[in-house]
Amino acid sequence: MDRFDAIVVGAGPAGCASALVMAKAGLKVLVFERGKYVGAKNMWGGAFFGPQINYLFPNFWEEAPVERLVTRHVISFLTGKGSVSVDFKSTDFGIPPYNGFILLRAKFDLWMAKQVEKAGAILATGLKVDDLLVEGEKVKGVKIGKEEFHSDVVILAEGANSLLTQKAGLRKEFSSEDIKQGVKEVIQLSRKTIEERFNLKGNEGVAMEFVGLCTRGLPGGGFLYTNKESLSLGVVAQLSDLIKNRVKTLDLLEEFKTHPEIGKLIEGGQTVEYSAHLIPVAGLGMIPRLYRDGLLVTGDAGALLLGTGLILEGANFAIASGMAAAETVKMAKEREDFSQRTLSHYQQILKESFVLQDLETFKKAPKFLKNARIYHLYPELIVEMAEKIFRNNGEPRKGTFRMVREVLKGRISIWQLFSDVMKARKAI
Amino acid sequence: MKVEEKLALNKFDVDKEVHITVNEEGCRDCELKPCLYACPADCFVLREDHITFSYEGCLECGSCQIACAKGAISWTYPRGGFGVCYQYG
Repeated sequence: MDRFDAIVVGAGPAGCASALVMAKAGLKVLVFERGKYVGAKNMWGGAFFGPQINYLFPNFWEEAPVERLVTRHVISFLTGKGSVSVDFKSTDFGIPPYNGFILLRAKFDLWMAKQVEKAGAILATGLKVDDLLVEGEKVKGVKIGKEEFHSDVVILAEGANSLLTQKAGLRKEFSSEDIKQGVKEVIQLSRKTIEERFNLKGNEGVAMEFVGLCTRGLPGGGFLYTNKESLSLGVVAQLSDLIKNRVKTLDLLEEFKTHPEIGKLIEGGQTVEYSAHLIPVAGLGMIPRLYRDGLLVTGDAGALLLGTGLILEGANFAIASGMAAAETVKMAKEREDFSQRTLSHYQQILKESFVLQDLETFKKAPKFLKNARIYHLYPELIVEMAEKIFRNNGEPRKGTFRMVREVLKGRISIWQLFSDVMKARKAI
Repeated sequence: MKVEEKLALNKFDVDKEVHITVNEEGCRDCELKPCLYACPADCFVLREDHITFSYEGCLECGSCQIACAKGAISWTYPRGGFGVCYQYG
C-alpha cells in the first residue's frame, strides 16, 4: 500500500483548503470523503464572508458556482404583530473582491474538490473513515473497514459531529447545551421573482436573520438567503431548549414559513430539499485539543466558528484553519518530525490569526446569547414601541421617551435592561 | 408540509446496513423522550408507550445521540456513499 504524507478526512472547506495547500507544496495527499460525491453531506445556512476563499482560489467567483453576492443584510425582530428590521444595503460589497458570497454547498464544495484534485491530491469519495490507526501515542493513518492507509499525519476535517475527534480522545461528549440544530428548506423561485421581491439586480443578494417568533422566543433564530433561483430558508435552535420545551425545529420551520412576513417572500415557491445540521456553539470553551502526535483537527470538528448574534461565520474559519494545518504539515515535513511538539505550531498560527483571536474577543457571546429575553421579550418591546410611535389614534401624542417608559413598565426593570445592555457591550 | 413530503424531496441511497440502533430497554423508563424533539426528520415516533425508530430518512446530523440521556442510541454515520445525498446543501 502506498504511503502518504498526509491523509485528510472530509472534503468540506477545511479539508479542501488543507489538501490544496499541501498538494501545491508537492506533498502526497489523500482525501477521504464519506459522501457519494463531494458535497453530498454538506449543508449550511448560506453565505461565506471574507477573503479566505480568494486566498485559496484567486478570483474564484469568475468560474466557481457562486449563487449571489451578499450586498444586503437584514436583521429583523419578529413578533406576531409585526416586525422591526435593520436593512443594510452596501454598494461597496458589490465591488470585487466582495465581502460575502451566497453559495450552495453541494455545488460549491464539488467545485472546490475539483481544484484540489487538479493540484495533485488524490480524492476518494464514498469512503468513510472508521477509525484512526494509532501506534503507541502516534496517529499513523486511518482505517476503513479492515483496510489500513498509512501517512505521516492525519488532518481531521470531519465536520461538526466529530466522532473521530472524540475517538482520538481530544474532546469529551457533547452536551445538548453546547449544540444548536439548524434545519433548512431550499425553495425554488424564478430569478425574476427573487430579484423583484428582494429588490436585487444582477448578482446582488440578501442575507436575512430573524429573531423572535421564528423560534417561539427560544434562543436561536431564522435565516433566509437568496440564491440565484431559489431561497434558503431555515431555523436554528439550541438542542437543549428543543428538548426542554418539547419543540421540534421541524415545526418551528413550518410556523416560520406561514408567518405573514415570510409567507409573502416564499409565496409560489416550491421546496426542493430539506436538510439539517449541527452547529457547535459554545465558543472557546468547547474547542477540543487541536493536535496530538500525527494528528490535527480543523474547521467545525475543532468547533472553530463564530456566532455573536450579529455575525455568524464558520466556513472562513474552516478554510483558515485548514490552511494553517497545511502550513504546519509543510513545516513538519521539512523537519521530518510529526510529533505534537512540531504540530503545536498549528495552535500558534491560529492564535496569531483571526480564528482564535475572534473567538477570544467574543468569548462571552455564547453565554450572553442564551439570555431568553433577547428572543422573547425584546422583540416584543421593540415592535410595540414602533407601533406606538407610528400609530395615530386621534389622541394627543406623548413624548417618545415617556412612551418608551410606558412600554417597558411592568415588563422589565430599568436595572435589568441596563444590565443586559452592559452584558451585550462585553459580549458582542 | 409534512415531514414525509419533505424527506421525499431528498435523494437518499439507503443502506441495508442500519447505522443507528436504539436499545429499547433504555427507552422504557425514559420519561422525557428527548429523541422525539431532537430529530429533525421525525425518525423517532411514539406509538402507544414505546419508541419506534426508522433510519431511512435520517439526515445524519447526530442530534439524537447527543440528546439521549440514557445512552440508548448508538450512532455512526452510514457506510461510505450511502445515506442522504444533498443536491443543494
